[in-house]
Amino acid sequence: MELSPLFLILALPFVAGLAVVLLPSDSRDPATWLAGITTLACLVLTAILYPSVADGESVRYQVEWVPSLGLDFTLRMDGFAWIFSMLVSGIGFLVVIYTRYYISPEDPVRRFYLFFLAFTGSMLGVILSGNLILLVVFWELTSIFSFLLIGYWHHNQAARDGARMALTVTAIGGFALLAGVLLVGHIVGSYDLEEVLKSGDLIRSHELYVPTLVLILLGALTKSAQFPFHFWLPNAMAAPTPVSAFLHSATMVKAGVFLMARLWPVLSGTPEWFIIVGLAGMASLVLGAYLAMFQQDLKGLLAYSTISHLGLITLLLSLGSPLGAVAAIFHMLNHATFKASLFMAAGIIDHEAGTRDLRRLSGLFRYMPITGTLATVASAAMAGVPLLNGFLSKEMFFAEAVETHADSWLDTAAPYAAVLGSALAVTYSIRLIHSIFLGAPPESFPREPHEPPFWMRFPVMFLVIACLVVGIIPGLTIGPFLHTAVSSVLGAETPQYSLAIWHGFNLPLVMSIVALASGALLYLVAGDYLERSERPLLIGRIDGYRIFELVMVAMSWRWARLVEGIFGTRRLQPQLRLVVATAIIAAAVPLFYAGLGFGQYGIGVTDPAFVGLWVVGMICAVAAAYQAKFHRLAALVLMGGTGLVTCMTFVWLSAPDLAATQLVVEIVTTVLILLGLRWLPKRTQTLAEPDGGLARLRRFRDLALAVMAGAGMATIAYAVLTRAPPESIASFFVEKSYAEGGGRNIVNVILVDFRGFDTLGEITVLGIVALTVFALLRRFRPAPDTIERPEQQRIQRSYDEAEPDREPGATATDYLFVPSVIMQWMFPVIIVLAAYLLLRGHDAPGGGFAAGVAMAAGFILQYMAAGTVWVEDRLRILPVVWIGGGLLLAALTGTASMLFGDPFLTSYFRYAELPLVGKVPLASAALFDLGVFGLVVGATVLMLIALAHQSIRRLRAARIEENP
Amino acid sequence: MSAAILVWSITIAQAMLVIAMACYTYRLARGPRAQDRVLCLDAMYVCAMLLVLTMGIRTGSSLYFEAALAIATIGFVSSIALAKFLMRGEVIE
Repeated sequence: MELSPLFLILALPFVAGLAVVLLPSDSRDPATWLAGITTLACLVLTAILYPSVADGESVRYQVEWVPSLGLDFTLRMDGFAWIFSMLVSGIGFLVVIYTRYYISPEDPVRRFYLFFLAFTGSMLGVILSGNLILLVVFWELTSIFSFLLIGYWHHNQAARDGARMALTVTAIGGFALLAGVLLVGHIVGSYDLEEVLKSGDLIRSHELYVPTLVLILLGALTKSAQFPFHFWLPNAMAAPTPVSAFLHSATMVKAGVFLMARLWPVLSGTPEWFIIVGLAGMASLVLGAYLAMFQQDLKGLLAYSTISHLGLITLLLSLGSPLGAVAAIFHMLNHATFKASLFMAAGIIDHEAGTRDLRRLSGLFRYMPITGTLATVASAAMAGVPLLNGFLSKEMFFAEAVETHADSWLDTAAPYAAVLGSALAVTYSIRLIHSIFLGAPPESFPREPHEPPFWMRFPVMFLVIACLVVGIIPGLTIGPFLHTAVSSVLGAETPQYSLAIWHGFNLPLVMSIVALASGALLYLVAGDYLERSERPLLIGRIDGYRIFELVMVAMSWRWARLVEGIFGTRRLQPQLRLVVATAIIAAAVPLFYAGLGFGQYGIGVTDPAFVGLWVVGMICAVAAAYQAKFHRLAALVLMGGTGLVTCMTFVWLSAPDLAATQLVVEIVTTVLILLGLRWLPKRTQTLAEPDGGLARLRRFRDLALAVMAGAGMATIAYAVLTRAPPESIASFFVEKSYAEGGGRNIVNVILVDFRGFDTLGEITVLGIVALTVFALLRRFRPAPDTIERPEQQRIQRSYDEAEPDREPGATATDYLFVPSVIMQWMFPVIIVLAAYLLLRGHDAPGGGFAAGVAMAAGFILQYMAAGTVWVEDRLRILPVVWIGGGLLLAALTGTASMLFGDPFLTSYFRYAELPLVGKVPLASAALFDLGVFGLVVGATVLMLIALAHQSIRRLRAARIEENP
Repeated sequence: MSAAILVWSITIAQAMLVIAMACYTYRLARGPRAQDRVLCLDAMYVCAMLLVLTMGIRTGSSLYFEAALAIATIGFVSSIALAKFLMRGEVIE
């Protein structure tokens, strides 16, 4: 695997994120250094790649991912991706510096940097993906890490709610995007971005174009918080400010417009695109700016302003004209610059003054003149004041809005909406500066405000200088890079455009002047009202948050309860009846159409002893079913008989290894059920016999169902047995078992070698199940009538107490005197048996699973012989260590083969000459089997002991009750 | 001659062992006491072990002998668990 710079850019943040976790918990500075160096390295690596993308070429990095599905792990960087990854890693670097001073040492710093770096990596993944499926994967990752980052202060209710809402909205969008991408893949026949970008005409003329478009736009609009999905962004402001500065200005929300610009050559230019994107953009532009005016929370104002500016970008993209796309890309960069600096300034104000409520902040300029100046310049860029970068892209926007692109009311309305949105932007920008920095200072702040440390201010300063430089000499600074980005999106369509500040006295300039003047006028007139308003005028009662909550409650609570009420039942019988009936129908339908074909083999001549054995087994099975209702113990014993006959059948049909495994499982299961039987509620002695025709009818129906299912199953099984075995993979295993796996026990070789990965998965599940059972039993509360001692123990105890020369519990000890000695002596014997089964498992019947269960049976025997307390005083069994060790050993054995360049879980086999013992087969699979053994022992013992411990807990509880 | 004796005696032994199991099955199903059932299950395990041994003699394979050994070594665990359950009301205390 060669180390391409592209791969490094993507992998570095993830690796660094994991490294941060390994640091000690109080390492704020090392974590900052690590994160800073990582983002800087990404920035430098990206910058180095510029010559390769400058001439319209793209850099690719490709490895096979899922070759069977034609999916490759493709990274691709062209000019557009280049400028975005510069933006992400650059602003990421600045945010890291800022975070160092923002996050207090009490906060879990490692967690922050882990999420932050992982998010950076995911975002770079979205930008650099050369494959649409890969893009969706990273897209989802950004949603998840943004959820974690917004909820960073998870003790805060608002943070949790905001995070949940952001995740719900963006993840639904991500799901839609996946569906859309799959449709694109269906249309084009490839997920490769370059292939897709070439197939614009094909996609636009395809009948599935509209659904594809709607699904992809759903993803993009939710991510970019565009109307009507804008409501999550203001609620995400509960995030720490560095997160907002990074996610909600430059990265996360930009992913949506990034995707729209990325797929712009393919999807745009149709009436559907124009209507959907244009409406969303225009509504977001005006509504966001309007709502921003009324915000009293500084970050809330910035959030709505972000919605508005993203609306502007969306509107530009909707026009379908190349110049519009140029302006959109340019504004993405400009907005990221000034909005990130404003968010960071907001964080500084919050940090130093202790509040971000606009009503309480005032006259801060005399306390922090430098921050005030920087924020003023950034706000001016946001308002679109000349000589700043915001002005340039806004002029381009106005010029595009005036042009006629489509014969539609939407197009006619565009210039008016543009001027209105810009005027409102001027108003809220003035309000931001005026109410925070100017005016008389209030009597007291929550904290005495002062200038922040230089390095906390540095990122803001850097970005504001960037705004100024780009705004004054655009052609010399951003010009060539913007041109590279634009031409990589538009290709041959790249229009002529000019980044000059002065285009002469034209209509866009007039619109700018009108917007600036009317915005300022509006603030003069309504400034005081805005300062005092509780909620926005006219539409204040329409709250996206409340609508979202109502929908969530309806879907996840009311509807769920409704469905449960209709389809669910708390009684076992109807559920079982449904399951069995469904199974019968599912089997009957194919049988009805294809028929039940019997093969050429019949019963033939069979050994009478074997027939007798089976009769015994069947009688036991039927009797167990009959007894199951009232006599649990009898049913259990009868089931033991059936199990024994099953084992004997395996022996008879030459499968002794299966028989051995089945036997130990049978025994351990019996013990397990017995342990559980103790805690079942007592049998109800007086059960009213059902009377009446209806009850009898119901019983007959159930009987008929049972007979149909059982007889049907038996018939199908018999039919299968009469046929000749089909050509299957079995002969492969028989041939290759010794030649390639080095073992003669084919079943075992399949388990630990050919199907080793399946086995690894299975033992993992087994471990999880054991831990789950353990966790559930910790909270187990027995039924009231089973809490007290069993009847037998009470009788024996009262006998012991009545006799003067007997101690309590002596009866049990006396009874068990001889058996317990035998049981304890059997312990080493069983260990030897287990070891024997394990060691020879590769060549002869046995193996890790059977050995593990046998070993567990040995442990259980000790518990039965002497009781929990006695055993645990003398024998320390750590089942969790057995589970963990076994799993680790199995996984490590598999990984070891990778060191030799072979695929995961390749086994190694040879004969070794040992002194005294002689020639011994050594297979790495035996180590794997040892892991299986350890896990099975641990899991079985953990579950059984957890059940057995209930008795001790009961004793303890009783003791506390007796001597409070 | 000796082969014929072996075949016949093994066949008869197997038949009689299965008949013994059938007898136990009757007690297993009818009871009347739980103790009868537990005892019968244990006896069935013994019969099964012997049956495996006869099969081993018939086929001449040592694998069957090992299977019988496994039944003998751990087959009694479930009988003990059942007996303890009957005597004390719980298996592990």
